[in-house]
Amino acid sequence: MELVNWFTAPLQFGFMVKAIWVSALVGIVCSALSCFMILKGWALMGDAVSHAVLPGVVLAYVMNIPFAIGAFVFGVGSVVAIGFIKSNTRIKEDTVIGLVFTGLFAFGIVLVSKVKSTVDLGHILFGNVLGIADSDIIQTVIISVVTLVAIAILRKDLILFCFDATHARSIGLNTTFLYYVLLSLLSLTAVAGLQTVGIILVVAMLVTPGATAYLLSDRFDHMILIAMASGMFSSVMGTYISYHIDGSTGGCIVVLQTLLFLTAMIFAPKHGLLVRSRQYITD
Amino acid sequence: MDTFKETLSIDIENVTVAYHGKVALHKASLQLKAGTICGLVGMNGAGKSTLFKAVMGFVKPVSGRVLINGLPIRHVQKNNLVAYVPQTEEVDWNFPVSVHDVVMMGRYGYMNFLRMPRSQDKHAVRDSLERVEMWEMRDRQIGELSGGQKKRTFFARALAQQAKVLLLDEPFAGVDVKTEKMMINLLMELRDIGYTILISTHDLESITTFCDQVVLINRTILAYGETSEVFTEENISRTFGGSVIDLRTSYKKQKS
Repeated sequence: MELVNWFTAPLQFGFMVKAIWVSALVGIVCSALSCFMILKGWALMGDAVSHAVLPGVVLAYVMNIPFAIGAFVFGVGSVVAIGFIKSNTRIKEDTVIGLVFTGLFAFGIVLVSKVKSTVDLGHILFGNVLGIADSDIIQTVIISVVTLVAIAILRKDLILFCFDATHARSIGLNTTFLYYVLLSLLSLTAVAGLQTVGIILVVAMLVTPGATAYLLSDRFDHMILIAMASGMFSSVMGTYISYHIDGSTGGCIVVLQTLLFLTAMIFAPKHGLLVRSRQYITD
Repeated sequence: MDTFKETLSIDIENVTVAYHGKVALHKASLQLKAGTICGLVGMNGAGKSTLFKAVMGFVKPVSGRVLINGLPIRHVQKNNLVAYVPQTEEVDWNFPVSVHDVVMMGRYGYMNFLRMPRSQDKHAVRDSLERVEMWEMRDRQIGELSGGQKKRTFFARALAQQAKVLLLDEPFAGVDVKTEKMMINLLMELRDIGYTILISTHDLESITTFCDQVVLINRTILAYGETSEVFTEENISRTFGGSVIDLRTSYKKQKS
């Protein structure tokens, strides 16, 4: 009875029901994309883009247009800026990424400090799924549908692009298009993710589930399903746990995702640490 | 596979390629007819990969032009005219794809935008895998393969593309004798039905065993043609800037 109660008690509150649905959806969508992010080696890019969207989100709020548009402009724009600086100076890629996203992020913080009123920096930085407005829910649902449809349709080409972009180009695929598709999806899912875990942690949503699934599978189709399941599970359970311990929702979600990863890292049947150490002994 | 009716050729006319102001290839000219295995020999940095990129349509020459079977280079990618087999060092072996998945990727250029394989795609994949004796291994993740098996998988991908021009980048590096023999036999079969095969290699000895033509490159095409005529000591030393001769004379000095 206690156990059932643990799950049913929060559901008597409308805001909790919404929070659980939204975080489940965001968990699924971000996890699906995370598979491509880690296989392409874009974890650092994901971190950069998720921070660079801050000024876009604030400006969108000021101009009364959906956050997704502002985020998209700054997300894609930041990567274009990174590419430009890298191609035209001697500075290495990791340095360029670091300086571009921190510069934009700082710009966003200054904007927030000037705009004040109902823009709560805390909510943007750390998420606010418990207080999410209905208009934001609609935006999140639209982003999720667009992302999942894009991934479903372009899945094979995106996989090839991540695996062997040279081959993709040589058989006539438009690799520039695929690059910008991934980048656009990254910017959009960063907006979805910031609702539940905030800008600072959204990179976790875009990296950890994919990493967990990578250790548990040798086939991409399985990997993406495992990632989505783990993303949904940690988002829903994280929300529940944050209710019962009265703690940060975003923090609980990401801690749970990390625990899932550590479990996979140790116990994965083919790629886990225990299996590997046993191989050492028997070889 | 069917014998091809048209003769295929690589036609590189006075091509110059430059990157960031540095000339990688200068006034290179080369013509290869269909039905040949041609070795591409040169030092690192001499322009071998640049030549490959020019044939694949990846770089635009500053001057000159490249024709594949008489068609301008921009037709190459859309029509699956050229297939490239990369060096195995460049592949991510931990990627969650199977042997079958990789070979099927050679067919994407033929499939609809959802990349749903039709029977001709499945047949091409099966045929290619059987030719390299990898059909039984088709469900293995690529990281589980031996060196020779890895090479064969990517070779099968190129075969599945059914492109009549094959570019191979160091195909025999680190490969077991059985795989090397099998690949050489397969290449000779393909040559006999009209394929044009260009192999970039450092293994000078192998050139004489199965390459009927050879191209010597050192920022430009120094010479090309029948191996027996072109693969001379003088030409080799021009290609390597005298370094090969130095190696041999210093070895002789050590012996005496």
